[in-house]
Amino acid sequence: MTRSLPENRGRSDVRFHTGVREALNDPQIRANFRSAMDGLIHKRRNAFPDPAALERLRLRSERIRANALSRLPELLEQLEQRCTANGIRVHWAETVEQANEIVLGIMRQHDARMLIKGKSMVSEEMGLNTFLEQQGIECLESDLGEFIIQLVGEAPSHIIAPAIHKNRQQVARIFRDKFPDIPYTEDIEQLTRNAREILRKRFYQAPVGLSGVNFAVAETGTLCLVENEGNGRMCTTVPPVHIAVTGIEKVVERLADVPPLLDILVRSATGQPISTYFNMISSPRRPGERDGPKEVHLVLLDNGRSRIYEDPELIATLRCIRCGACMNHCPVYTRVGGHPYLATIPGPIGSVLEPQKAGLDRLGVLPTFSTLCGACGEVCPVRIPLPKLLNRLRYEGVRKGSGALPGAGSRRGRNESLLWGLWRWLHTSPRLYRAAGRLATRLRHLLPNRLGPWTRVRKPPRIAARSLHQLAHDQEFDHE
Amino acid sequence: MSKARDNILSRLRTARPDLPGGELEKTASPPSSTPNQRIEQFRSHLEAVRAEVYLSGRDEWVAELQRLAQEKRIGSLLYAPDGPLGSAISKGWDEQTKPHLKWFEQEIDNWKEPIFFDTEAALTSARAGIAATGTLVLWPTVEEPRSWSLVPPIHIAVLDTSHLHDTFESLMEAEAWHQGMPTNALLVSGPSKTADIEQTLSYGIHGPVQLIVLLLQ
Ligand code: SF4
Repeated sequence: MTRSLPENRGRSDVRFHTGVREALNDPQIRANFRSAMDGLIHKRRNAFPDPAALERLRLRSERIRANALSRLPELLEQLEQRCTANGIRVHWAETVEQANEIVLGIMRQHDARMLIKGKSMVSEEMGLNTFLEQQGIECLESDLGEFIIQLVGEAPSHIIAPAIHKNRQQVARIFRDKFPDIPYTEDIEQLTRNAREILRKRFYQAPVGLSGVNFAVAETGTLCLVENEGNGRMCTTVPPVHIAVTGIEKVVERLADVPPLLDILVRSATGQPISTYFNMISSPRRPGERDGPKEVHLVLLDNGRSRIYEDPELIATLRCIRCGACMNHCPVYTRVGGHPYLATIPGPIGSVLEPQKAGLDRLGVLPTFSTLCGACGEVCPVRIPLPKLLNRLRYEGVRKGSGALPGAGSRRGRNESLLWGLWRWLHTSPRLYRAAGRLATRLRHLLPNRLGPWTRVRKPPRIAARSLHQLAHDQEFDHE
Repeated sequence: MSKARDNILSRLRTARPDLPGGELEKTASPPSSTPNQRIEQFRSHLEAVRAEVYLSGRDEWVAELQRLAQEKRIGSLLYAPDGPLGSAISKGWDEQTKPHLKWFEQEIDNWKEPIFFDTEAALTSARAGIAATGTLVLWPTVEEPRSWSLVPPIHIAVLDTSHLHDTFESLMEAEAWHQGMPTNALLVSGPSKTADIEQTLSYGIHGPVQLIVLLLQ
């Protein structure tokens, strides 16, 4: 499920470029993403008919998330205290290794050989499936999209619609190969029913269920889950044990913060007025109650988030509510899909978040997966200035010396920095600038035909015989 | 693991950036609506996601429910004899015709198999409704456990129109939810659905395939 990250810089960008080229040359991928993203953009637009009301809701949602971050340590303590009082066991993990060990420990305590999972991007971040399978524990994805791609050992290509890179014929063929007893169908409704039948038995048997968390409410110790399929409810209701995994940034202060966030999350993500289910879990089965898990565990994962927290600008990354709107609107993501990002979360937010976690030396190329068109920042429901953060990370990658960010400065190349040094020198002295301009027009024929990647698919630029200054001078313009 | 806890918290404490806190203003609440507007809004949202909504009188709903269930060829119906709908059902149900009523006693271990593989439909009450989104609000109880509205293919919910609120926010405030949450609170806004294949909407994945709402007035 999880792919290994490229080790470090040097030629490692090549892996990304290869992935991008493969995706661009695959007409199926381009068609699947184009039509899916167009659909999502359209649905979102219809879900917010009043632009002024949308802006008010975005402002409010931003404040709610920013407020929660400004009090993060206190709120985490309050969350822990409320959850514990409610009977939920709270675990803390600084790294994904620790988080995986915590889950494994719970599985072992119950002698459980199988885990049924609702959709959880944090479990993807942890590489939980691979880890548990190495320990002989089966992990079964139950979200339809995750289920489909798990059958063929692929990673999600979108955070909300993980199998968006497959069309119905591809899904039908996967089902035929994996479940030869079920009659072949390309009908989407029938494929859905088939998955329902296969997974029911598994929900029935599963000893432990795992889920993510959309919002964790400090005030009441409540874990909130947004979903349409009902698999999240199944995973958190039927098995005797429920494990929820979440990043430490998902906490909100008050229960009253939840309705506006839920509203803007669902409308931004899929354009629905609300998701089919909103599941609020505040405790395990209480005495006298007749179903629900007897144990609920909450795993709070840091994995680099507290480091992102240190930077007054980059901290905005942690406001994200994972709606996916930034990727739906991204011209780069729409053309290549999620896989070439080689990271858990793709798209603009992935390009901002993942290099901060893994280091710019490993994922520093991701901030260049952007045209800086600004669409992501405009649609983000919590107003994360994504283009600004992408720019900042580009700078951190090539900066002189090292900053607080892991891998800062690692993308600085000698030739490139020399060239920019020269550029700055020329542009800060009018005399030098004029001399260089004259020289460039005179020697324009010496410009080589190949200029790195630029000329792979384009003609090289040609320097004009006369500069704009000279032309203006000839026309007798007053000032330069 | 408490070392991890202390490390994380102390990192956050030392690193805390200077962030503007400030008051959170509320978005202007929509102008309050009449009961009929709420009913219409509630119904049209639910019907848009393929749920069925029927208006019924507070005295006739049991007979209507039984007629409806017969029409849908439901053979047996899971209900809670001790739940809020129990006494009305036992008084008004015609035992001679279908569907047969059934119920489960004790804990899920005793009825996990029948609820998964041998229960066509379940009836539960709804605590409240939200007009703005067409949403049922359930707080499952000892009598009406949370899996009943989830596992059987058909879920029938009964909601009194006097419990319809405008928005989730206004409901939460009116009922002071923050003062005490149940084990599980649920918002249900239609039968289960997915768009994971080609972004095409398809109903009946893991939760109920059909959602039927009886609105009492
Ligand atoms: S960055 Fe904003 S738009 Fe992107 S997923 Fe997060 S909340 Fe949504």
